[in-house]
Amino acid sequence: MSGVGEIACRLSGAIGGFHLDVAFQTPARGVTALFGPSGCGKTSVLRCIAGLHRIGDGDVRVSGEIWQDRATFLPTWRRPIGYVFQEASLFPHLSVRGNLLYGAPAAGARSVSFDEIVSLLGLERLVGRMPLNLSGGERQRVAIGRALLSEPRLLLMDEPLAALDRVTKDEILPFLDRLHAQLSLPILYVSHDMQEVERFADRIALLESGKVLASGPLAELQSDPALPLARAREASVSLDARVVSFDIDDGLATLHVAGGDLTFPSGRLEAGQMRRIRIGASDISLALSRPIGSTILNILPARIASATPLQTSEMLVVLRLGEQGDGEHLLARVTRRSWTLLQLAEGASIFAQIKGVSLAPR
Amino acid sequence: MNLIDDIWPPVRLTIELASLSTLILLIVGTPIAWRLSRSDTWLKHVVMAVVAMPLVLPPTVLGFYLLVLLGPQGPGGALASLWGGRTLAFSFTGLVIGSVIYSLPFVVQPIHNAFRAIGERPLEAAATLRASPARTFWTVAMPLARPGFLTAAMLGFAHTVGEFGVVLMIGGNIPGQTKVLSVAIFDYVETSRWREANILAGGMAVFAFAVILTMTLLERRAARHSA
Repeated sequence: MSGVGEIACRLSGAIGGFHLDVAFQTPARGVTALFGPSGCGKTSVLRCIAGLHRIGDGDVRVSGEIWQDRATFLPTWRRPIGYVFQEASLFPHLSVRGNLLYGAPAAGARSVSFDEIVSLLGLERLVGRMPLNLSGGERQRVAIGRALLSEPRLLLMDEPLAALDRVTKDEILPFLDRLHAQLSLPILYVSHDMQEVERFADRIALLESGKVLASGPLAELQSDPALPLARAREASVSLDARVVSFDIDDGLATLHVAGGDLTFPSGRLEAGQMRRIRIGASDISLALSRPIGSTILNILPARIASATPLQTSEMLVVLRLGEQGDGEHLLARVTRRSWTLLQLAEGASIFAQIKGVSLAPR
Repeated sequence: MNLIDDIWPPVRLTIELASLSTLILLIVGTPIAWRLSRSDTWLKHVVMAVVAMPLVLPPTVLGFYLLVLLGPQGPGGALASLWGGRTLAFSFTGLVIGSVIYSLPFVVQPIHNAFRAIGERPLEAAATLRASPARTFWTVAMPLARPGFLTAAMLGFAHTVGEFGVVLMIGGNIPGQTKVLSVAIFDYVETSRWREANILAGGMAVFAFAVILTMTLLERRAARHSA
């Protein structure tokens, strides 16, 4: 069912009064987001994978290792996981140092160094303190450090930012970015916040009322018109782009994605860097020929891959960049009147005018 | 007879009885309280009811059954015959057994409450950090339940010091062996030795006040620390 380097999970049964019937597979690398509205069962899925909850009928395999099947149920403490709860859940009777080292192997046997994690998460000034005297954001950083120092092979994060206010979130997000960028640890990240998902996730499993609607690479699911993501008002596509150049005089960066280059204002970027960009469906308009005398910087040839009516007045159009239409998928939202007036159709060659590109912060 | 020589033996016996009983109560009560705090089946409620029975049972009734159990015809007698005795009743050992059963709810309930108050989360967090159930118990559950253990020890001790009915039923009134404080007071009153009764009763009143005050202060401190 699952090969090496893959997380495969099939869970079916009742939890409380709720029925979970979930199956998905995802590579054991990068960040996979379990995304869905509150109460869709994403936390339950995570708890089952951790072994904190035992569901009647389940198969959980991670990189070829069986954690649960008909005959096996590995208790939580025998699973090589790290778990970050929504609330930090530090041990109140232990200092920050005591918390960080609780799950760490003996000093001689560590492959992750204490100092390394402390500096990754900016905990230098906290190690001697007690959890009671920390702010919410500091506690959550300690909780993440504690999980990392236990040297997990899979990190499970259950909405680690949901209990925090906006300011505290902004304080923690850069640390999560660093985590993602510097460690090769696979992460399952539960969230109901699309902004977080767009920022970190490589892949996504969409959950709704106890079922997986779809799972796969983030951009692929974002641009699938059959799924609720693409139909949402704030629908967008997130792409990983390579920095081609940066114009210091104008403060403009040019980044490359399959099918074209995008130029937009940004802070200083180094050529060769990989950065994530986001393009909203309502920031793209379509033209039959390349407009002249436009202020829009990004006008790229593309082909229409599909079009789906939305409500009464709009069409959701999936584009593929490039003259041959073999580049990245993008979403565009246009009025039905324009669609008819321009006599657009699937497969048609058009020009996409991209008004706004935003860079995921790091 | 010298007053001190007369009063001291029951006081000493009582302290010995209460200390030993409290120690045994903590050792026996902790696993019971832990098990109870980790389960939610109907059996749990049955066990809790059994543990709590001494709270409502008249001490004489409990004492009567203990007398039967510890006596020559009961399992206590059989046990005593192993070392050549005839009965466990009317002995210090019998008193300890009786005290442990009688004071069990006063020890199990505070520890049980303390374990419950920890909640699932710290134990789950420990499990996700590869701590075995035993390690979780010793390094997370026990330290976090510490205030409960203090309360339990004090209640168990104080309650054992104060028991009368059960002691009288199974221990009788053997000086130096089973004649504890409460029995001694009763004895002094019976023989109209009001001075001695007064000293012992006054001492008990001061002791009870000190116990309650200490417990209240400890609880307040614990509440401030976890706030």
